Amino acid sequence: MTTHWHILVVDDEEVMRESLAAWLREDGYLVDTAESGTVAIGMAKERDYAIYFIDMKMPGGIDGIETMMEIRKVHQEASIIIVTAYATVDTAITAMKEGAQEYIVKPCNPEEISLLVGRIIKVKNLQRENSILRKKLTKQYSFHDVVSKSPAMLGIFDLVRDVASLRSTVLIRGESGTGKEMIARAVHFSGDRTGKPFVGVSCAALAETLLESELFGHEKGSFTGAAAQRKGKFEMAHGGTIFLDEIGDISPKLQMDLLRVLQERRFYRVGGTEEIEVDVRVIAATHVDLERAVREGKFRDDLYYRLNVISITLPPLRDRREDIPLLAETFIERLAHELGKEITGITDGALRILMNYDWPGNVRELENAIERAMVTAKSKLLTEEDCAFVGAKPAVGADEWTIPPNMTLEEAENRIISATLQRTRGNITETAGILGIDRSTLYDRLKKYNIPRP
Amino acid sequence: MNTIGMVAVGPVDPPLVKAIGEHLSRTFHLPVTILEPAPEPVFAYDERRGQYSSVLVLRSLLERAHPAMARILGVTAKDLFIPMLSFVLGQAQLNGRVAVISLARLQQQFYGFPPDPELLRARAIKEAVHEVGHTFGLTHCANVRCPMSLSNNVQHVDTKGPVLCTACTTVFNEQFDHWRAGDGPPGAAG
Repeated sequence: MTTHWHILVVDDEEVMRESLAAWLREDGYLVDTAESGTVAIGMAKERDYAIYFIDMKMPGGIDGIETMMEIRKVHQEASIIIVTAYATVDTAITAMKEGAQEYIVKPCNPEEISLLVGRIIKVKNLQRENSILRKKLTKQYSFHDVVSKSPAMLGIFDLVRDVASLRSTVLIRGESGTGKEMIARAVHFSGDRTGKPFVGVSCAALAETLLESELFGHEKGSFTGAAAQRKGKFEMAHGGTIFLDEIGDISPKLQMDLLRVLQERRFYRVGGTEEIEVDVRVIAATHVDLERAVREGKFRDDLYYRLNVISITLPPLRDRREDIPLLAETFIERLAHELGKEITGITDGALRILMNYDWPGNVRELENAIERAMVTAKSKLLTEEDCAFVGAKPAVGADEWTIPPNMTLEEAENRIISATLQRTRGNITETAGILGIDRSTLYDRLKKYNIPRP
Repeated sequence: MNTIGMVAVGPVDPPLVKAIGEHLSRTFHLPVTILEPAPEPVFAYDERRGQYSSVLVLRSLLERAHPAMARILGVTAKDLFIPMLSFVLGQAQLNGRVAVISLARLQQQFYGFPPDPELLRARAIKEAVHEVGHTFGLTHCANVRCPMSLSNNVQHVDTKGPVLCTACTTVFNEQFDHWRAGDGPPGAAG
C-alpha cells in the first residue's frame, strides 16, 4: 500500500481534475483539487503537496506556469508536473526552464504516469526519511536548550560538560544575543549544582549602590528606603551558581568587592557587620573587550584573572549560519505552542531571507524576528512575505533620517534608543526586541546616555 | 436487500457477465443480481478520441442504481478513457457505489490475435474484482499476484490472480464486519 502522500490536481475543467484525482486516489494518495491557479496557491500555503499536477492553460485566471512560479516561492523543492494538451517544444522548454519537474502531454499512457508518480514518490520517501533523521539529529544538537550543529558550538558544549562540575569561575564572552546566559545555565545544570539555585544578575541594569545591595543584600536602615533586612543574590545562590551578566560594566568599588568574594567567599551585607560565608560558583559574562579594559585601567587586572579561569567565547550567529534553519525550526515549534498558532514550518524562500541576513542582534534577534513573523502569518508555513521585514530599514519618514551635520555615532544611538523607548511607552522588553539587543545592553545604554524612562 | 448489481452497458456476452458475477459474489460475500442491459453509451462517446468517457458512464450507472443495491458494476465492450489518460481498463468510485470495466483491451483481438474467450473471462474477472474492490475502499496493492495491484496493460492483468491477497482480504473483512454490525455498507462514503 502507498503511504499517505498528498497530491494537488489543478485544472479548470472539472471532469479532467476529478477523473485524474479519482485515478490517483485508487493508488492510495490523498488528492485535493483546485479549479484555478489562485485557489491552488492558497492551498499550497496550507500544505506542502508531494506532487502538483498543474494544467498549463487555464483561461480566465493565472496560467499553469505562473501558478507553478508562485508555488515555487512557497515550496522551492516542490515536484510540479505541468500538464498540457498542446505540446510544443517552446511550451515544454518554458515549463522546464521555470522549474517544472516534468512536462506531460494529455492524454498520456497510464503506465507513463504511474512510473512518473512512483519515481517522484520514491524520492519523497527518501526525503521524508532524511527529514526524520534530521529531526532526530536536532534533538542531538540540543544541549540544555541551546541548539547548534556548528563545530565551534559543539566544541563549547564539550567544554561545558568538562567544566560543569568544577567550582572554577567561568567567563563567557560573546556579542549581545549569542546566548551567554543559556550557556551559563547549561554549565550550572550539567554539573553537580543542578539541584541548587541558579541566580542571575544583570550588572548593567542597576546603579552602583543598588547593584551592591542587590549582590550582597543590606541590613535594615543601612540606607534610605532599606526598611528591612534583605538577602543579596550571593546569599540566595548559596550552594549553587551566581551568573553576573555584563560584568565589564561594574564600578571600581564593586570590582574590589567582587574580587574579595571570589578570593575569600565571604562578604558583608550593606550596612552589616557580620561576615557572611557562601559556597557559590561564579559565572560571569560580558560583551566588552575585558583585556582592553584592563589595559586602559577601567577593569582590575586581578579581578580579570580571577574571572578568566575558564573562558568560553560564543561565536556570533553570522559565523554559524548553518544553525539558522535549525534555530528557526526550534523557535517555530516552541512559539507555535506559546502563541497558539498552527504554524508548522517555514518555506524555502523565507529561510533564504533569514540565511542572507547578518543578524547583528544574533540568536535573540532571530527569535524576535520569528515571533514577529508568526504573529502576522496567515498560513501554516512562514512565507517570504511574512519575513520581508528582516534586514529592511525601518519605514520612517525621510525627515527623521536627515542626519544633522557633525552628529556622532553615540548621539545617533542615543536618539534611536530614546525614540524607540517613547514609541513603546517605556517598555524595556519591547524596546530591546525592536532594537535587536538584549535588555541588559539596553539598560547599559540608558545609563550611559542618561535616558529617562517615559 | 444488499446485493451487487451487474449491468452490461451495450452488447456483452451474457455468460461472461454471469461468470464475473459468480466470482464477485464469492469474493465479496454478497449476492449478485444481473440487471437489464443498458443501451450503448452513445452519450459518452468522444468523437475526437474515438473512445467512451468512463466518467460519463459511471454517472449514468449511478443514476440507474437501485437504492437496495450496495454496489453496481457496469461491464462494457467499449474502450474507455479519462481526459488525462489514453485509456483506462476500468474506473470506480473509491468508497463509492459504482464501477465499470472495459473489455475492449482485455480481448486478444485488440492486439491482432485470434479471440480467446477463456483468457478474456479470466482477465475480466480480475479487473471486476479490482474495480469493485475500490468501491469497498481497497486501494492498489503492492502484491503483483493480488487483483488489487495496478494494471496498466494486459501483461500486468495476466500476472495477477483472481483472489484477493491476505492483506486486502483482511482490510475488506474489517469493513464488512462493520457493515454487518450496522455501520452502513463497507467502504461507503456518506
